[in-house]
Amino acid sequence: MQEKSLSEINQRIRDGCARVVTAEEMPLIVDELGTAEAVREVDVVTTGTFGAMCSSGVFLNLGHSDPPIKIARAWLNKVEAYGGIAAVDLFLGATQPSENRGIEYGGAHVIEDLVSGRQIQVEAEGGVTDCYPQSDLETSLRLEDFNQATMVNPRNAYQRYNAATSTADRTLHTYMGTLLPKMGNVHYSGSGVLSPLSNDPSFQYIGVGTRIFLGGSQGFVIGPGTQHSPQSGFSTLMVTGDLKKMSPRYLRAATFHGYGPSLYVGIGIPIPVLNEKIAISTAVKDEDIPVPIIDYGIPRRDRPTVATVTYQDLKSGCVDINGREVPASPLSSFFMAREIAENLKDQVAKGEFLLTQAAEPLPRKGFAGPMKQTKESPNVGEVMSKEVVTAREDIEIDHAARLIVNGSFDHLPVVSAEGRLTGIVTAWDISKAVASGKAVRVSDIMTRKVQCARIDEPIELAARTLDTHSISALPVVDRENRVIGMITSDHLSRMLARRR
Amino acid sequence: MKLMLHVAPGIVRQPLIASVILETEALFNIERASIDAASGEIVIEVSPDKCQEVKRAFERRGVHVVMLENPVVRDEEECVHCGACVSICPTKTFRFENWRVVADSGKCIQCGACVAGCPQRALRLVLK
Repeated sequence: MQEKSLSEINQRIRDGCARVVTAEEMPLIVDELGTAEAVREVDVVTTGTFGAMCSSGVFLNLGHSDPPIKIARAWLNKVEAYGGIAAVDLFLGATQPSENRGIEYGGAHVIEDLVSGRQIQVEAEGGVTDCYPQSDLETSLRLEDFNQATMVNPRNAYQRYNAATSTADRTLHTYMGTLLPKMGNVHYSGSGVLSPLSNDPSFQYIGVGTRIFLGGSQGFVIGPGTQHSPQSGFSTLMVTGDLKKMSPRYLRAATFHGYGPSLYVGIGIPIPVLNEKIAISTAVKDEDIPVPIIDYGIPRRDRPTVATVTYQDLKSGCVDINGREVPASPLSSFFMAREIAENLKDQVAKGEFLLTQAAEPLPRKGFAGPMKQTKESPNVGEVMSKEVVTAREDIEIDHAARLIVNGSFDHLPVVSAEGRLTGIVTAWDISKAVASGKAVRVSDIMTRKVQCARIDEPIELAARTLDTHSISALPVVDRENRVIGMITSDHLSRMLARRR
Repeated sequence: MKLMLHVAPGIVRQPLIASVILETEALFNIERASIDAASGEIVIEVSPDKCQEVKRAFERRGVHVVMLENPVVRDEEECVHCGACVSICPTKTFRFENWRVVADSGKCIQCGACVAGCPQRALRLVLK
């Protein structure tokens, strides 16, 4: 088996004669030359990715004030940073929204402002002690005014990421962007063929201490990222770098409508072609990387997969979901990912970027399990009223009015002969019908597109449905769509009142 | 060519579109319409040769007409070419060209989906 050592490759990089290609070019080379010849021909394969990486942030050290303050809480441009670390260390998280501008400005935007050289307003409150007598302060700082501004991102550079669609009947606004109703589109993320971890999925090279391109500067891999799960193809990295050396071109604040702020981070890793195994892994193509498409229309942790495609399918702009052609577009920028891989290629070729021996390989097994919830909230079935009066759609309106008056709710679910939900009528619908004097039967006035709840869903979801549609009651249905109960805003408020 | 019709409350009940079609014999598509108690906003697509005639016909009926020549503009500094706008546009205004997002503004009907959907806040509607 053809092999090379890392020091051999680093020597060639120092001598300016290393042969460097991007991960987009590598598959063709391996196809043409075979793996043994590719190891002889290519020294380094560069990768890149540029996308929303919510789990990002910066440690900032402000230096001591006079008189000194032990900061407990702090705000940077009205975005709260965590102050519970010593006296003047803060951690600013990318997704923290601001207190005055909401989600349109957040931690990511403060980071972008700092990197762009803009001044930010700092407000701090502290706990007064004999050694830290100051209770609060305000100041204006630029990036150079901090002692340290160290980016530490707990989970970046996902190996690949699930694509998103939605079967819901309204538009959803998610961290996977705008998802149109009834599977109107698919959004995906990740750079596929250029993805650093997809080019080294068994960590032949990438490990603790690996030097990387981070935000336009050189940074390092700290270790596996949170939720690192290589056994399922979802490896992640925890990374660090000096914010003072980074560039606003490769760190961009974003806001996902209806969701919140996030930070687009540029990451690239040059991978040395040490052996044929690495030649094979860096020859990965878009078509080799499977991507499940997940239905975000189901607001639960375990969302169903509607199809499994590849980055090649996604990048074609259209994917097949159960025989339907659905438009697909990315949220991460392949244009920028390519620029990062090219930029790294240039740096390595010029001898400006040396490769590193990992202090330890990344773990081959990780954990991305569900949360252990010791205090579970009740399901709809435990809170709903089981006595629910229903009506058939051919009854007359005055009959429906009597059913509502004699029942406990302002809402009257309308059902078919088999008891399946077909519509709903409210007391208000009946008042309107009586006022206009035109309608005769329930079928003339009922709402046919009924929002309903399932018996086994958590009450939080029912509350969200009530809120989203500005309604006050939901029929509860079983799997066959038969009405088995009713849950109203009164149920929820009563339950909350009891809890307090 | 796309025309944005601003219809004042006073004339919103008149069969404006029908009468303009009968008068000009122009074939046009209604791409978007939102009419409420206060006002109406309608975007129509007319063939270039009939465009001026249709515009004048609406204006005679008291409709304020704006030609949507460049309905959506993009801040080139802000755009990172991610493509979040590509699949959410109902008229396929945006597409990739060698992984750069390019816009065919002529297709835009100013629905605003891309403005909200752009994570970088790089898009804006004009001539409203």
